[in-house]
Amino acid sequence: TVMAAPVTNDQSWFFALALGVSFLKCLLINAYHSTDFEVHRNWLALTHSLPAAQWYYEATSEWTLDYPPLFAWFEYGLSHIARFFDKEMLVVQNLNYASPATILFQRLSVIVADVVFFYAVKECCKCLREDKGKDLLGKPSFILTVLLLWNFGLLIVDHIHFQYNGFLFGVLLLSIARHFQNRHFEGALLFSILLNLKHIYLYIAPAYGIYLLRCFCFTQSNADGSLQWRSFSVVRLVTLGTIVLSTFSVSFGPFIGQLPQVLSRLFPFKRGLCHAYWAPNIWALYNIADKNHLIVCSYYERVKFKLLDINKLPKASMTGGLVQEFQHSVLPSVSPLATLICTVLSILPALFRIWHRPNGARGFLRCLVICALGSFMFGWHVHEKAILMAILPLSLLAVESREDARIFLILSITGHYSLFPLLFTTQELPIKIFLMLLFTIFSLTSLKTLFRKGGALLNPLEATYLLGLIPLELICEFVYPLTVWQKTFPFLPLMLTSVYCALGVTYAFIRLYISLLTCSDSTKKIKTQ
Amino acid sequence: MENWSLFSLCVLLGLTSRWAVSFHSYSGAGKPPMFGDYEAQRHWQEVTYNLPVHEWYFNTTNNDLNYWGLDYPPLTAYHSLVCAYVAKLLNPEWVELHASRGYESHSHKLFMRATVLFTDILIYIPAVLLYCFYFCDGSSKQKVATALCILLYPGLILIDYGHFQYNSVSLGLALWGILGLGLGWDLFGSLAFTLALNYKQMELYHSLPFFCYLLGKCIKQGLTRRGFFQLAKISLTVLVTFALCWMPFLSDPKQPLQVLHRLFPFGRGLFEDKVANTWCSLNVLIKIKTLLSRETQLFLSFALTLLFILPSSLKLLSKPNLWQFKLALVNSSLAFFLFSFQVHEKSILLAAFYCTHLGFCLFLRLMFFLFVFFHSMLPLLVKDGLLLPYVVTSLAFLFLSLYLLSALERSTEEELRLGLYRKLTQRWLPKLNLSRIIKWKFWFSLVAMAVLSFTSVWLEPPAKFPDLFPVLVSILSFLHFLGFIIYFNLVQLMEPQRKKSQKKTN
Repeated sequence: TVMAAPVTNDQSWFFALALGVSFLKCLLINAYHSTDFEVHRNWLALTHSLPAAQWYYEATSEWTLDYPPLFAWFEYGLSHIARFFDKEMLVVQNLNYASPATILFQRLSVIVADVVFFYAVKECCKCLREDKGKDLLGKPSFILTVLLLWNFGLLIVDHIHFQYNGFLFGVLLLSIARHFQNRHFEGALLFSILLNLKHIYLYIAPAYGIYLLRCFCFTQSNADGSLQWRSFSVVRLVTLGTIVLSTFSVSFGPFIGQLPQVLSRLFPFKRGLCHAYWAPNIWALYNIADKNHLIVCSYYERVKFKLLDINKLPKASMTGGLVQEFQHSVLPSVSPLATLICTVLSILPALFRIWHRPNGARGFLRCLVICALGSFMFGWHVHEKAILMAILPLSLLAVESREDARIFLILSITGHYSLFPLLFTTQELPIKIFLMLLFTIFSLTSLKTLFRKGGALLNPLEATYLLGLIPLELICEFVYPLTVWQKTFPFLPLMLTSVYCALGVTYAFIRLYISLLTCSDSTKKIKTQ
Repeated sequence: MENWSLFSLCVLLGLTSRWAVSFHSYSGAGKPPMFGDYEAQRHWQEVTYNLPVHEWYFNTTNNDLNYWGLDYPPLTAYHSLVCAYVAKLLNPEWVELHASRGYESHSHKLFMRATVLFTDILIYIPAVLLYCFYFCDGSSKQKVATALCILLYPGLILIDYGHFQYNSVSLGLALWGILGLGLGWDLFGSLAFTLALNYKQMELYHSLPFFCYLLGKCIKQGLTRRGFFQLAKISLTVLVTFALCWMPFLSDPKQPLQVLHRLFPFGRGLFEDKVANTWCSLNVLIKIKTLLSRETQLFLSFALTLLFILPSSLKLLSKPNLWQFKLALVNSSLAFFLFSFQVHEKSILLAAFYCTHLGFCLFLRLMFFLFVFFHSMLPLLVKDGLLLPYVVTSLAFLFLSLYLLSALERSTEEELRLGLYRKLTQRWLPKLNLSRIIKWKFWFSLVAMAVLSFTSVWLEPPAKFPDLFPVLVSILSFLHFLGFIIYFNLVQLMEPQRKKSQKKTN
């Protein structure tokens, strides 16, 4: 197809960018790592030393295996290389074992697994509509490569905090690229593999389902883009179903007898509405509204009469820093079911939209981002890292249209800033600021240059909001710790950060929705090609 | 993209890699009783904070000079004092007299690293940016690429943020001096260079080129007329700066003498450890250290150093332009490194910095860099536990320079500036392609270095010659350095006029 046209012959810059970022990752080997490091070490140990039947029952460490089976097999494979570094890390009883060789191995495994991500990014670049004859720094594919490979969030979450997101997002992006290249079977296969590596991607499964059904199983559309019922291809549906089912059976087959146990590990509903640090979503705003209400009430009570008995209200302690359940003080508490309904409601319009006006792979990608963001906004126990699921795919759209670039800037800057509390050690303070500035300055200036025609990308209000992050950072990390309130309200800066960022993320979500629903069919040409 | 954003991206990349290197170990971490340079810097803070100025350089009951006694010029001492005040604010334990010896903690490491970063941002990085902005030829992209390469130069990053020193201060000040001279602000330039000299005595390596350039310029203006006033102004600036720096030590004549004695410890012998200079390499054949008396050694090294500096200095005196000045800086620092008395292994860093960055043929520069790096850094950094950042940053730098600069630069004969030399050789060797030879030489050096560093890190030396690998490394590096000094001298002396050839190549 036209979309997969060759970009340019000279691709050495891609190699340079990938190698450069790998060097940077290697320098971060000795940086702080979170408990996720121990989580993955424990999984290495238990997959290595126990038979598969016991993997989901093992509970020596508190960090039990809670990823789907394929990821466990991935760890099992890694553990065979880990042997050559340090055998002690493969002993289940060695809790919190972190010898230099262990650190080196685990970090290197993340760095090497990112090769999948590199390949996926390269494939994504091929899907772009390329402007030829521009200089390198203004090429969309170059900008996209930097936005993905040097993504601030991935760097700090994977290579400082410690996780394997780069590898997983590699599989996701590759799957998206395959859909762009009309290789739908491969795309579906990759996505079902991804679901079996980490089930958080279930949130975007609706976009895949609707898109494949509408644009692939129905082979033709009417001239106005509406559905042609008679073009339904049973063969395609059956093939897709076979691909998905066989992946799941390969993955879950060995655990079929213990399915309830596996599922209870994968979906632990006993956790609270919000993670330890509030993710910047609707619930952060909801919580703060609740707190405000409480403060107003208690003030009212003191000034006038006892309208609400303050002692009878459950004290909300939502920033205790621990994963726990809690109750709201004034507003009704939120149940998991309610969040599920909210999430479904938030993504339904987008799904309807791509059913009626599919708008090709780009429409699908937009819908995917909305699904990711919708579940981030309304989901139960959302982790702030989940914002990457929206930011990374959105990068693909950002280099192609002005409006998307604008949404991307707002979402990525606020979303990345909301990751700051992940790294709370003083040693990592400079590095997270430098990396954030690096990524932000690049994305701002490169996208501005890319869409030079047509004035500023951000309107004054948005720019002011984003600039407001600078004083916020100064207050939260430099001024506030020196004040007396640090002892009594240590979590106030975190709260402030998530509430401030929640505004930006919500705004980006709304804008993205508007862009999907009002999206004219100007891009129809691409679809028909 | 605009220039400012490209430059700021370069700076941020530089800062990120600096801070990332600082996560690693430092010299003498957890190695009592002497520890390393990190402890030396901390100890100086302790001494300068707690003792009166006149005790700083003297061996007293409170100041044991055998335990990392202060042996840098006064500006370093003042810098330590300022750092000590901040340290006192943060945690008084860090600078407590006697009790703080060998103090190590995570937060203290952070503090020390932060002081390095602070001076870097304040002095060195702005100088590099201005230098690239004003004095690099070529398009703005080329300037950005050069800035990135200089900012990511691993030698400095590893020594300052890994091993622990404040080289970026003296180097940055000297760079400000070069900038000042280049922009025609001679007074500012000489002020900056005098400060550099008062921060680290090693900057003496470059004092002669500075002197000759300024003197030559004044002579050109006419010593009887404007030139004289100019000279008077410059010397006044230098004298006043010196006087201000040394003020607290001028009350008693014993004081400055003691400081000088501490700065130039002639008692320590011709050379220490394995340094790739003439004396150490010659030592393999003839045991100079035992054969000659101390005075003869001193005289010999002085005479040879002078001999190798003089031609380039005289040339600079007669033709004081910026190009000659840069070459003279390289020649002078190389001559000092190769022939002077009591050379420290890290002092090649200084020479290397100028050779690597002042803009000559790419392959020559990188070859140079390789040898420097390999010879003096590897054993040192392995000892400090910095193997990982060493490998990563030097590979990154090599790759980056080859990738970014080779596309923009061609290693032509003109680039090598050996036109005259070529005329001579053509008579005897008509089919000699110099640039190709240089390239081959580069790859050969690369392989030799890789093999030797591999052997010296992972292989056991034969029992008969325990020092085999270090000596091999030293000799190989020495031969290269000797080649470099001859080459750079040839270039400087034979270069008829730079401007014309420059225009042709552009």
